[in-house]
Amino acid sequence: MFNAIQNWLSLFLYDWLAILITLVIQVVVVIMPIMIAVAFITLAERKVIGFMQVRMGPNRVGPYGILQPFADALKLIMKEFIRPHQSNLFLFLVAPVLALAPVIAAWAVIPFDEGVVVSDINVGVMYVLAVSSIVVYGVIIAGWASNSKYAFLGALRASAQKVSYEIAMGFALVTVLMVAGTMNLTEIVHGQQGGFWNWYWIPLLPMLAVYFISGLAETNRTPFDVVEGEAEIVAGFHVEYSSMGFGVFMLAEYAMMLLIAFMTAIMFLGGWYSPFEGIWLLDPLTAWIPGFIWLFLKVAFLMFCFLWFRATFPRYRYDQLMRLGWKVLIPLTIVWVFVVAIMHYFSIGPWFN
Amino acid sequence: MTFEQLIFYVLAGIAVLASIMMISVNNPVKAALWLVLTFIATAGVWIMMQAEFLGIVLILVYAGAVMVLFLFVVMMLDVNLVKLREGFTRYLPIGVLAAVAIFAMLYMVLGPHQFGLDKTGEPVRFAADYSNTEALGLQLYTVHAYAFILAAVLLLVGIVAAIALTIRRRPPHEVKYQNIDKQVRVNPKERFEMVKMNAVKEKPVAPKQEGDE
Repeated sequence: MFNAIQNWLSLFLYDWLAILITLVIQVVVVIMPIMIAVAFITLAERKVIGFMQVRMGPNRVGPYGILQPFADALKLIMKEFIRPHQSNLFLFLVAPVLALAPVIAAWAVIPFDEGVVVSDINVGVMYVLAVSSIVVYGVIIAGWASNSKYAFLGALRASAQKVSYEIAMGFALVTVLMVAGTMNLTEIVHGQQGGFWNWYWIPLLPMLAVYFISGLAETNRTPFDVVEGEAEIVAGFHVEYSSMGFGVFMLAEYAMMLLIAFMTAIMFLGGWYSPFEGIWLLDPLTAWIPGFIWLFLKVAFLMFCFLWFRATFPRYRYDQLMRLGWKVLIPLTIVWVFVVAIMHYFSIGPWFN
Repeated sequence: MTFEQLIFYVLAGIAVLASIMMISVNNPVKAALWLVLTFIATAGVWIMMQAEFLGIVLILVYAGAVMVLFLFVVMMLDVNLVKLREGFTRYLPIGVLAAVAIFAMLYMVLGPHQFGLDKTGEPVRFAADYSNTEALGLQLYTVHAYAFILAAVLLLVGIVAAIALTIRRRPPHEVKYQNIDKQVRVNPKERFEMVKMNAVKEKPVAPKQEGDE
């Protein structure tokens, strides 16, 4: 579809201009739904946690509070942007952008359905990992440029936490690569074709847990949100941000959660494939459902888990958090690399044939 | 100009500009950030040369991990710039001499007479399904397997050495350490005991009488 647009444009434009315009169209088509989804995730979070705590959640703006995210965004935009005394203005302004831009860039390689992907590159998994490792700069720069001790402490915690959990995350991805034999995200989904027993979550069940836990830590979600532990350091790295600067940090956090959920669904839960493929009666009955609906359902469940954990678990202490990352998750992933290698060698199960 | 050339000039321009800023800017934190930008632009150039694995590893390892730790350290330093500038004019001649010498050597090795399409030939253009990762992996795990394992062992020794140098266990009477394994394994039954008692009604205290002193 995008190739057709590009060919049509290059009839009467410079070649590079045609490519550029096509890229911009692709970017808008991918980013707009994500931003809208992020807005409604904030509402879903408040609703879900509200119901878990026997409250109603937001219910004043629009029917069932559905317009609440827009009211929140409007409120943030109308507020005054306050610049802390003696802060580094340029870095202070650029930090929220640095937090949001990589998260959005990562969506370039995420496949939403068969062939529905902006850039189907060979090293998709590595690309997502690399781009999400850049996110930490937004946090560090925000903490440093604010010229505030609380913000700086939050930034130091954030950088240490993210760098530590990235290792476990990377190893979990290595096992996926070993099973799939490719780093192309579309190919990884293709490798999981046919019924839910063909998905990678069975041979890689501990890795699914490790990836999701590391994802929680990467996005600074409860129980790993020591970065913004309000009891100790007020609100962490974004304590000095007001108005839309704060809003952009929130956008980045929720977009990152969505990204982690998509990556988990694609790599462990069969992407856009139906779980009932090849099952008598259920398969023909659900065959009319398009693939992206299945993907969205899986992502919605994982997002619900994010919110569920927030309502359930207390916050980790910082040393416990570091211990979990370095002494539990990383050794587990290394052991599982060998387990997968042995399964691969002896061709165990339907995944290695 | 093709789209590829446009991208190349943009990336190369950013890389050159960022590296110049990196060595000329005063603030060490800003210098580190410019270095990160240089890495990212260079990674882009590598990816254009179809070395996508190396490009992404450059971002992942250098920009994503090494520079974060660097920033970590630099941010906590309290660098006194006035002190650093002391003796600038005194050492200037030697500095200029060293710079010129290094530039001359670099020019001899990397000058334009060494490069160009007539010297290196047209770079090989691989098909779209060419995997740089696979090509690298095949080389690393077959031809260079011993060197690869040696490098891994060296790195492991490096980690052990770094930990051995920096670890500082003070005796337990000075610092209290927490044994997290023990904390995790806490059982409520060991902490909390229900004691059975008979319900006993206490004798009422005799009310205070007036003028009883």
